[in-house]
Amino acid sequence: MNPIETSADLSRGGSRSFGRFGVPVLAGLTGLLLVLVAFLFGAILIEGGHGLRPGFVFGGTSEGLFDPHKTGVFPMIFGTSALVILMTVFVVPLGVITGIYLQEFASPVSRLAGATRLAVKHLAGIPSIVFGLFGLGFFVHFLGGGLDRIGGATEPVWGKPGLIWAALTMAVLTVPVVVVSTEEALRSVPDSIRDAGLSLGATRLETLRLAVLPQAAPGILTGGMLAVSRGAGEVAPILFVGAAFSAPLPNSLNDQFMELGYHIFVLSTQSPDVDRTRPLLFATACVLLVLTFALNFTAIWVRMNLRARMRPLH
Amino acid sequence: MEAFTEIQSGIPADPAVRGVLGDLLAADERRAEQAAVAGMRIVAGGVVALVLCLFLFVFREAWPLMSGQVTTARKYAPVTAGQFEGMTHEERAKYLRVEPARLLQLSPEAVTQLAALRDAETREASSQPDAGVNAASWQNLLFPRQWNGYDRPEYIWQPNSKTPKFNIMPLLVGSLRICFMALAVALPLGFAAALFVSQFASPKVREWVKPVVELLAGCPTVVIGFFGLLVVASMVQATFGLTIRLNAFVAGMCVALAVIPTVFSISEEALSGVSESFRDAARALGADEWQSALRVVVPAAAPGLMAAALLGIGRALGETMIAMMVSGNAAALDLSLFASARTVPATIGQELAETVIGGVHYRVLFLLGAMLFAVCFVTNLLGSWVLSRLRAVPAPMADPVAEEARLAR
Repeated sequence: MNPIETSADLSRGGSRSFGRFGVPVLAGLTGLLLVLVAFLFGAILIEGGHGLRPGFVFGGTSEGLFDPHKTGVFPMIFGTSALVILMTVFVVPLGVITGIYLQEFASPVSRLAGATRLAVKHLAGIPSIVFGLFGLGFFVHFLGGGLDRIGGATEPVWGKPGLIWAALTMAVLTVPVVVVSTEEALRSVPDSIRDAGLSLGATRLETLRLAVLPQAAPGILTGGMLAVSRGAGEVAPILFVGAAFSAPLPNSLNDQFMELGYHIFVLSTQSPDVDRTRPLLFATACVLLVLTFALNFTAIWVRMNLRARMRPLH
Repeated sequence: MEAFTEIQSGIPADPAVRGVLGDLLAADERRAEQAAVAGMRIVAGGVVALVLCLFLFVFREAWPLMSGQVTTARKYAPVTAGQFEGMTHEERAKYLRVEPARLLQLSPEAVTQLAALRDAETREASSQPDAGVNAASWQNLLFPRQWNGYDRPEYIWQPNSKTPKFNIMPLLVGSLRICFMALAVALPLGFAAALFVSQFASPKVREWVKPVVELLAGCPTVVIGFFGLLVVASMVQATFGLTIRLNAFVAGMCVALAVIPTVFSISEEALSGVSESFRDAARALGADEWQSALRVVVPAAAPGLMAAALLGIGRALGETMIAMMVSGNAAALDLSLFASARTVPATIGQELAETVIGGVHYRVLFLLGAMLFAVCFVTNLLGSWVLSRLRAVPAPMADPVAEEARLAR
């Protein structure tokens, strides 16, 4: 495509009068998109907001899952928190170290770095259900089953769905988020800072630790939070590796657990009486939405705040 | 790192320089740095290994099926008394389906009765119509088959019936129907919003639209599915007077909500990335804003828009929760948008938990997962390849003289 065209060519495609309609149409479609998003969030936050009583947020499910007046979501909030905290423990070191290696230490022609970049890019495009299959095949059956064989267990101890396998599966899913944010954060640190560190006689490691990382910290932190938000919201990967329809609070790493997102799925597809449980459904969805938004907003806020503090350095 | 060590190893000829460098980079510091870099390499290698493992384990579980080692066909082969006598204790226990310890406690009469029972069972199972058909062969996975009791060849997905049927075509068509519908909504909306925001909107509007779309990207898909199930489905049913409440149309609209952020952000980036000089040149030639946007900026950003569409396809095909909740999940081969649909990921999501590990159904679901994996791998590869073409285009208008010189060479 040759971008240089004559004015005759240009007016063939869109005449001036067409532009008078074209731009408002684009504006209208953009407006429609905003309205759709507002409708989605508005419907859930408003209808769900009514049900957010303390008894609901901190209540348990001892009275059954579907009674809108007695049941609560505390076990699910607990399960989701346990899942994302464990996930963070695995994914943050892995992702941050990989990001630092790719951005600061890998030579441009390094084959390992090229392979890692490719791997991370493709990991980001794999459908989340495939991670569930992987979690079941690799973590539960291969690793867990292997541990049981070594331990000589007669009943599956590790070779069954559990919190640890769900967290590991979710960690694999969120690796790209952390790696990409870390790389981006490090890229935004000007080279002059690295040069200054090196010229003062610091090693590259010292320069990284004392000058570059403090500058990049907000960006890296943001990446971690986005990963947590993603982990809290994804359901498909943990369908077979740990989430349970109904379970007590997890006591150990191999226990099954209840999870907010999975619970929304269960409530909305298996509720015996949708009309009666409707307030309960909306309130539960509202809790998940508020949690993920809080994480997203905090990530953005932290980034802006720390950036403002860093400004004098630039 | 390589360059650094090279400089160091090249230095020793000059003792003075070596002394200075030696002071700057004491030996133990250097060792620490080397160790740290080696550690990072191991971690990065771990990430690569993880992705290879992902590939390996999904395909490993599907491989016996792909290579035709799995069969559902049952043939009656009676175990004679002589054969039974020749079995070891464990083999007998397995054949009679009792615990080996329990078998020891049984009287010979009970064992004979149990063997007769087992024999009758296998005879009954193998005398079922179609018992000799291998439902897990490629032929039966992909092509229609006239099963006993049907008056014509049909595509049937009934993994839990007495004679399991694993034709995957209804699922593939279901996935395609929803993907088509999702793209029909997401592409126009995503492209229009991206074009508007990048070319016509004031900075203030831009500051509003982009975070809102980011917020949508951060919304858990189970929440979108929930919204579709309780709100959108009822609205669509009332508007169009549909008999089937949950169908491919509604599911496609909801999946579109999950696809729009992908389409918007990639195409917006591509459109904003078109050099300002392109627009200036168009304006200088007398085009108005609309003409320059449509005839100059859009063609220049075409690879980016293409990549946005490709990644959108991958996203739509892989969407699990929304499809599971809103599509109705009927596994019938139907081309209508207003009929219920069952997608590939939704089938995996719903059925895998109840399968026998290593069984035929389990392997068919892993085969579906492997196919999904492969398709998304290809769309991603194509998408990033197209994007790299976009990035590789130099800004030819920046320096026409240099460009001319390059062409002359």
